[in-house]
Amino acid sequence: MSESAVDPEEVRHVADLARVDLDEEEVERFTDQFGEILAAFEALEEVPEVESEADLVNVMRPDETHDCLSQEEALQNAPESEEGYFKGPKVS
Amino acid sequence: MSAYNAFVTREAIEGSGEGPLAGKTVAVKDNISTAGVRTTCGSAMLEDYVPPYDATVVQRLKQAGATIPGKTNMDEFGMGTTTETSAFGPTENPAAEGHVPGGSSGGSAAAVAAGEADLALGTDTGGSIRCPAAFCGVVGIKPTYGLVSRYGLIAYANSLEQIGPIATSVEAAAELLDVIAGQDDHDATTRDFDEHVGTGLAEAADGDVDGLDIGVPTELLDGADEAVVETFWDAIADLEAQGASYHEVSMESLEHAVEAYYVIAMSEASSNLARFDGVRYGPTPEYEGNWNEEFAKVREEGFGEEVKRRILLGTYALSAGYHDKYYKQAQDARAWIKQDFDEALGEADVLASPTMPVPPMKRGESLDDPLTMYLADANTTPVNLANLPAISVPAGETDDGLPVGLQIVGPAFGEREIIRAGSALA
Repeated sequence: MSESAVDPEEVRHVADLARVDLDEEEVERFTDQFGEILAAFEALEEVPEVESEADLVNVMRPDETHDCLSQEEALQNAPESEEGYFKGPKVS
Repeated sequence: MSAYNAFVTREAIEGSGEGPLAGKTVAVKDNISTAGVRTTCGSAMLEDYVPPYDATVVQRLKQAGATIPGKTNMDEFGMGTTTETSAFGPTENPAAEGHVPGGSSGGSAAAVAAGEADLALGTDTGGSIRCPAAFCGVVGIKPTYGLVSRYGLIAYANSLEQIGPIATSVEAAAELLDVIAGQDDHDATTRDFDEHVGTGLAEAADGDVDGLDIGVPTELLDGADEAVVETFWDAIADLEAQGASYHEVSMESLEHAVEAYYVIAMSEASSNLARFDGVRYGPTPEYEGNWNEEFAKVREEGFGEEVKRRILLGTYALSAGYHDKYYKQAQDARAWIKQDFDEALGEADVLASPTMPVPPMKRGESLDDPLTMYLADANTTPVNLANLPAISVPAGETDDGLPVGLQIVGPAFGEREIIRAGSALA
């Protein structure tokens, strides 16, 4: 396995982008593991460019109204709600 | 509680009517939504989540008269090969005690193997139905992408995953697939079942393999455990004795499947799992920070380590400067693999390999080494990348008494071919 190309700072940066807090032990473990896993992913560089035309079609439907969840049902799993809205932390 | 910890929640959901599944119990993996019955995905993040609606497959089970005896244990969000990453504890393998049941649908396969349910539904993103079927000595089918509605399945990697059946026989698995397959207005990727496959799938389980031409990709035998390879060839010899023939085929692209799979699955996961923010569902946040700080804390507490690992690696693979290096290359590999399968299936009716390159691991031994665990998915992930159908049937046991599965891969919507071939063995 190649010497890790990943350092703890990089793991912290990605964790920050992904909005997942990590403790110090996780940062340490992930630093080693990510080095190893990303080194394995390097094998993808040997893959040739492939001409591929995906067999895709648009799936359309008439724009009609249907029954949907009630506001109450949609809110039933929310830890906090207020006056029919989800309640989240302050944005800044 | 089940002796094998196969269930996260034991709560019976009764079906209605005298459909084809009347009198049968069908356990449902805990990432498939059941109205009024909690659906956890094996995660602390969804410990108290109660879906307000049924997944389409659950509606179809109920209409067919099935009783759902409970929701089965799984690797957290489907991320694992051993059913040990569940927040509700690991599942034990009823067919090989002391060993893992495979994953991520380990609870579904264990419930069927232990007789705690007649049938079960699992989900397969990179082998999560076929692996536990192989390890627990039962039958599992990963349908062609688009055959079964994913509406109500809590998404991990949308472009790869399908819901499919687990049973003790190929015929019973085919019957269950017949019930759940088909077009659904709620999932635009679904295709017409009658037009592409045709109902009455169980009729294809007639065991007739006379004249069947089987391709064996050598890349899926290289590096496999010796005892597994031996059992695999015994099963091929059995099929030969029933009138089938085989030839070896080389598919170079398959050597890159695991890497391509993990890059794509992790990238999709990093996006899909962004919804778990503690606002619409999830643990109650009681922090004083701003949105981003609370979001990151809820996710630290709610997610287990494997889930964090995959979200972070997916975020990394998609981040500026790395997208072309990882994600784009992985998509090229996916196209290459599809091309290789098209060619190989042009010269064979079906392809066969060991489902897993290794026998069931001992419990607890693979958790510290994620890369080794990922590599165990070498034979199953190519099928998801190519959107194809595949079945795992019991091929026999190693000398140590550990179950080995035979994987049979068919062309797109070739469910009849793989069911027919598989039914010659189970």
